[in-house]
Amino acid sequence: MSDQILMKGNEALGEAAIIAGCRFYFGYPITPQNEVPAYMARRLPDVGGTFLQAESEIAAINMVYGASAAGARVMTSSSSPGISLKQEGLSYIAGAELPCVVVNIMRGGPGLGNIAGSQGDYFQSTRGGGNGDYRQLVLTPATVQEMADLTVLAFDLADKYRVTVLILGDGYLGQISEALTLPKPTGKVFDKPWALTGAKGRKPNKVASLRLVPESSLEELNLVLDEKYKSISANECRSESYLTDDADYLLVAYGTSSRICREAVNELREEGIKVGLFRLITAWPFPAEALRKAADKTKKILTVEMSLGQMIEDVQLSVKDSDKVDFYGRSGGMLPETDEIKRRIKAYGN
Amino acid sequence: METKKFKYVYDKPEALVDKVTHYCPGCGHGIVHKLLAEVMDEFGVREKAIIVAPVGCSVLIYDYMNFDGCEASHGRAPAVATGLKRVHPDNIVVAYQGDGDLLAIGTGEAIHAANRGENFTTIFINNAIYGMTGGQMAPTTMENQITATTPTGRDPMDVGYPIRGCELLNSLEAPVFIERCSIHDFKNTLKTKKAIKKGIKNQIEGRGYSFIEVLSTCPTNWGMKPQEAADWVKDTMVPYYPLGNFRDN
Ligand SMILES: Cc1ncc(C[n+]2csc(CCOP(=O)(O)OP(=O)(O)O)c2C)c(N)n1
Ligand code: SF4
Ligand SMILES: [Mg+2]
Repeated sequence: MSDQILMKGNEALGEAAIIAGCRFYFGYPITPQNEVPAYMARRLPDVGGTFLQAESEIAAINMVYGASAAGARVMTSSSSPGISLKQEGLSYIAGAELPCVVVNIMRGGPGLGNIAGSQGDYFQSTRGGGNGDYRQLVLTPATVQEMADLTVLAFDLADKYRVTVLILGDGYLGQISEALTLPKPTGKVFDKPWALTGAKGRKPNKVASLRLVPESSLEELNLVLDEKYKSISANECRSESYLTDDADYLLVAYGTSSRICREAVNELREEGIKVGLFRLITAWPFPAEALRKAADKTKKILTVEMSLGQMIEDVQLSVKDSDKVDFYGRSGGMLPETDEIKRRIKAYGN
Repeated sequence: METKKFKYVYDKPEALVDKVTHYCPGCGHGIVHKLLAEVMDEFGVREKAIIVAPVGCSVLIYDYMNFDGCEASHGRAPAVATGLKRVHPDNIVVAYQGDGDLLAIGTGEAIHAANRGENFTTIFINNAIYGMTGGQMAPTTMENQITATTPTGRDPMDVGYPIRGCELLNSLEAPVFIERCSIHDFKNTLKTKKAIKKGIKNQIEGRGYSFIEVLSTCPTNWGMKPQEAADWVKDTMVPYYPLGNFRDN
């Protein structure tokens, strides 16, 4: 295939953002996502865009807030400790109903942890790390191709719903080089009559989350947000079911751990063991219905994460019989092992 | 008498919304709002203007300005203004901030936006107190000043000396205009307007970052009558925070 090129995950994501029309990027260096700002610093000036290295992740997310309020397609990226600093901004962005794309190339935690890939920020991503009643859409790529494809999708979803779309990758995915075909622009155009452009020939626009008077109007805002979140839940669940139709056993994973699971599925299938993989593509909204369907006839479900158990709570909430949900995870930058997954599936017996 | 002989010599600026503000009697915020609105009208840039509100008593400034407005989280107005201005270089962006907002929680954002020479205008309201939360110590609270969190007066040996914003920013290369003004009397209020006008003019001409500090009153949390508060600015604040221009490039 002649249109295939080799790219690092972080760079594919950067190029895809540009393809999607992102012309503003604000960020602060942190490993293992440094290729994203470096790529944007190199590429954005070529396309008339603006790259700005902020003085902190807090400043970066607030620059994103300002640029989004101005009506631009804008992105920031960081890794776990930096994403923690952005949580206040993300809460304000949700309250002000601003669209933006935020990338978290997760590393080991808590605290400074280490710089290896991890999936320890699932709770923070899906439960809302900032204050208040809000949600953000969370996309979980598993390949370099998906890093690019989901980034293009992320900008459309952000504009469509006026929400933050979080691309939740990890250090392994950010650093790995793979062949991909660069996505095409979707060509979708979103009107932004709410954007701050100067009140010429119209009433002044206000971008704010504050709702003081009358006292009930904050609940009104929350109800508007809730409607939106319900619509996202109904329309934007994404997942992949791999060899699940006849499966006795089901693996559930996302991102890098799902790649390891896929390998385990292939090897176990060769041994005649009927095992399948359910892979999240959206972590919020969680594809509960699709999982329930895939899990329905299985005897046992093994949730595999690069954490000590976060997504498993959503898996347990989704399937009919939560007793059959088991867990295998590695943390602190360690990867789950194919052999261990195989050993556990085999140990379930018949 | 012929009515046509009368003409308006003083009117409400178009850039100011005609409504009652929530500010206390004698509060400086309302005065500075009006000056800003007048300046916008005088330059005819109301339809290009965007106000970035702080978190503090003036959090609702976008409800009083008859132009586009944006909330920022506490202390982050300079970062929000940076985002807005980078997208719309031809709009007129003003970050309006209190002393807690700009010199405590948001010191980093304030210094770095100034240091980048962002082409927006900052109006910094120094009232030596956290007005909105009920009168706690601000970074600019005076030595020995009694506040809710310095009940025996600010002790510099314990919590440091009041910070001088203009002097701090004056160590940076990029800013083109830095001036400290006051609204404690009519003469100084006019000077404040002149400084704001210069700050907006610089922005219109794309010259870079302007910083206008305004010594302001908070009679409510100072426990004073409006005139006493104005006198306290003159007698207590001005000697420590010298008025005047620090830079005009
Ligand atoms: C993150 C955060 N911390 C604390 C507060 C509470 N708070 C609101 S206004 C304020 C102080 C404002 O003081 P100043 O900036 O001096 O403005 P003033 O009210 O005096 O005009 C504080 C601490 C907040 N809203 N957000
Ligand atoms: S509390 Fe102080 S700063 Fe706030 S409105 Fe009243 S006088 Fe003004
Ligand atoms: Mg104050």
